[in-house]
Amino acid sequence: MPGIVSFGAYVPRYRLKRMTIFQAMGWINPTTIMLAQGEKAVANSDEDSLTMATAAGIDCLDGFDRTMIDGLFFASTTMPYLERQNAGIIAGALNLRDDVRSADFSGALKSGTSALLSALEGVGSKNANQILVGAADCRLGKMGSPQEMIFGDGGAAFLVGNQEVIAEFKGSYSLTCDFVDHYRGSKTIFDRQWEDRWIRDSGFDEFIPKAINGLLKQCNLKLSDFSRVIFQCSYDSERKNLVKRLKLDPEKIQDPMHGSIGETGTAHSPLMLARALEEAKPGDKLLVVSFGSGCDALYFEVTDQISKKKKRMGVQGYLANRADLPSYPKYAVFRGMLPVDIGLRGEADFLTRWSLIWRKRKAVLGLVGSRCKKCGAPQYPPQRVCANPACGAVDEMEDYPFADKKGRILSYTGDMLAASYDPPELYGYVEFDGGGRFMCNFTDCTLEDLKVGAPVSFSFRKKYYDEKRDIQGYFWKAVPRKEVA
Amino acid sequence: MATGIKDKVAILGMGCTKFGERWESAAEDLIIEAFQEALTDAGIEKKEIQAAWFGTHIDEVNVGKSGVPLATTLKLPFVPVTRTENYCATGTEAFRGACYAVAAGVYDICLALGVEKLKDTGYGGLPATAAFGQMQALIGPNATAPGLFAQLATSYFAKYGIDPAAGKKALAHISAKSHANGAMNPKAHLRRPVAEEQIINAPMIAYPLGLFDCCGVSDGAAAVIVTTPEIARSLKKQDPVLVKALAICVSSGEEALFSTWDGAHLETTYRAGKMAFQEAGIKTPRDEISMMEVHDCFSITELTVYEDLQISPRGRAIDDIKDGFFDLKGKIPCQPDGGLKCFGHPIGASGLRMLYEMYNQLLERWPEERRVKNPRLGLTHNLGGIPSTNVCSVAIIGR
Repeated sequence: MPGIVSFGAYVPRYRLKRMTIFQAMGWINPTTIMLAQGEKAVANSDEDSLTMATAAGIDCLDGFDRTMIDGLFFASTTMPYLERQNAGIIAGALNLRDDVRSADFSGALKSGTSALLSALEGVGSKNANQILVGAADCRLGKMGSPQEMIFGDGGAAFLVGNQEVIAEFKGSYSLTCDFVDHYRGSKTIFDRQWEDRWIRDSGFDEFIPKAINGLLKQCNLKLSDFSRVIFQCSYDSERKNLVKRLKLDPEKIQDPMHGSIGETGTAHSPLMLARALEEAKPGDKLLVVSFGSGCDALYFEVTDQISKKKKRMGVQGYLANRADLPSYPKYAVFRGMLPVDIGLRGEADFLTRWSLIWRKRKAVLGLVGSRCKKCGAPQYPPQRVCANPACGAVDEMEDYPFADKKGRILSYTGDMLAASYDPPELYGYVEFDGGGRFMCNFTDCTLEDLKVGAPVSFSFRKKYYDEKRDIQGYFWKAVPRKEVA
Repeated sequence: MATGIKDKVAILGMGCTKFGERWESAAEDLIIEAFQEALTDAGIEKKEIQAAWFGTHIDEVNVGKSGVPLATTLKLPFVPVTRTENYCATGTEAFRGACYAVAAGVYDICLALGVEKLKDTGYGGLPATAAFGQMQALIGPNATAPGLFAQLATSYFAKYGIDPAAGKKALAHISAKSHANGAMNPKAHLRRPVAEEQIINAPMIAYPLGLFDCCGVSDGAAAVIVTTPEIARSLKKQDPVLVKALAICVSSGEEALFSTWDGAHLETTYRAGKMAFQEAGIKTPRDEISMMEVHDCFSITELTVYEDLQISPRGRAIDDIKDGFFDLKGKIPCQPDGGLKCFGHPIGASGLRMLYEMYNQLLERWPEERRVKNPRLGLTHNLGGIPSTNVCSVAIIGR
């Protein structure tokens, strides 16, 4: 039976208190005080939906053999590229095989569950053994809008397959409706929406029950058979209405994490599912319902495999890894909403040479270096002539992935001169555990977090943005991690 | 069997412009200024120059590529001109070309000239260029020179267990000493003495380096005319300044890729120093070198160079700094002209500017207040690139 083999999550480290937003922008839309509770997760200046899906994928695949993966689906409404497959960039970052199928799922907020459904049916057809599904969003509401309060950033990932599944896929029901509660044309960056009351009464109130009832009928089940009901609803008051109308046990309702993360678009029902799986017990029946241009309802039954302890950060782990983003202007600059002066140095032109990018794709996207077969020295970037002075072997190298290695800081600095949206630029040499070294940026930390000898791991991030040609470049950065005794 | 460069080449004349923000001067003006001084000093005519080496580093805000700008600016009459570019060792590399040509007996009289026009950038610091190639631009951090060298300090302090505040104080003495020297030098870019206290409290540029830990970014040019010692004597230079050693050492990739380098020293400087001392017949540099102009692009670079050149023992440079060993009146005055710190750093000219200082000190031409006593051997040192991956040059001249 097809099902979920593993899951992972990603919640960016920065959290913005909604009152901080209100204090900065409430003057233009005082009613947003109603939404100014809790906080939301905010992508760092070097993160977007693609990097967050990659991070969730890394969390999901910890301990799994990546060569067994036959496909990669990416769902988001905020993909960096309209042409150039975004899933292909993630496949490169995850160093997957070349002969995998891949697709981008976009447009609707239900795309996350649609991608998951397609993957489950894909492995069900036996044409693929395992498919990785990543969903992430980094949606923008205009400054001062209710959407700005509601939207949060995050991602989730699932490895689906037929063997050793932790949650069996038992059935689904889908609805497609061109119900335009919100939309965004191809030339705009901000989401626009219609009146809340109409969305609530004619949207959530109609489609969620319809999707749930459709699934129950198809699977010949009662709602009370489910141990956990996960549904996406951006209005917390409407969520309460639905619980009453459907006579749901409030204990069984999955917390939408609006007060800690926010509404994460295509990633939201997947993220809630991931959170539910963190607490699930064998035999639990899970119902997942997404919302956006219709609904997908999915039914999973948790298996004994869930008891096998697996290393992952998960939603809980990433929620605990938090830092305040105390400044609204900083958030607005991170999201490109405020023009800011980074100096003339920041205007230096950098031309992306696609033929070079292709030639060096493994090294740049995948952080794949080389290891000398003669002396065993790992090296990054990959070399043909061994850098070990006692060896110097020529063309005796094998691929050696560094992205999953840990490392330690050899040197560091915080540079106020480098053009940056988040000065100082932090960078230094990192010595990989097991050998090899390279100089890279540090992220998700402050200068005070950096010490010679401190441990780091690696994260796929935005590297540069070529405004003139609309090119988003990616590479790896080191993230200081807490020493585990 | 190779016999090295020692005593095979004499310096016939040198010239150096005032370094600084030469807003009114183009690179061409600087070339002419340095060249005319060198020509006058040498006491020869332009037509006697048989070949030239031209050092420029940055294409984007300078004269462009090739040897053509030197020839067309000076109207050199169809002589061979070779452009050299080797990061911050560019000027010394030009000198090396000219010296080797003379030593080889191919030419009698050669010119080396370096120039950089950095102040057409529009901002402070060096211009952002793809100096390390397209691949490095994709995988390297968003870095600047101060940040790349600041890492020497974090590694050095960690390796030797030095409290950052004590480290900053030692670095401040290095900069204060150069400011004191630069203040006396009419051709220096920065001519204001600065107190250690002010240096320590200056705005941070790249942790732990503050504003005064960084050298000046300047416009300037310097030139040298070389010949054989015999020709020099025939031209009434009775006791000419001779080239004793010329070493270039380039990183092999070992520091950046293999796990031996500690991040707290400059391997190329150690090796270039060793080569140069051997070539010059120097056994104990601390006792034999009279004075130095080293590549103090940043205060921490100067500190590690003291050790890499075997003047101070490893991990102990701070003791010598505290003792005033490198001050103008110390045992080995370092940066008597103010160094890159205060004389300024127009990259292509810097190596030749250092030689200009050593040459004039050896000839005892400077006023008493900034003269080094009884100098016999002067050492110049350049380091271009980044601490892990660089070009180092060491030259020794003497009488």
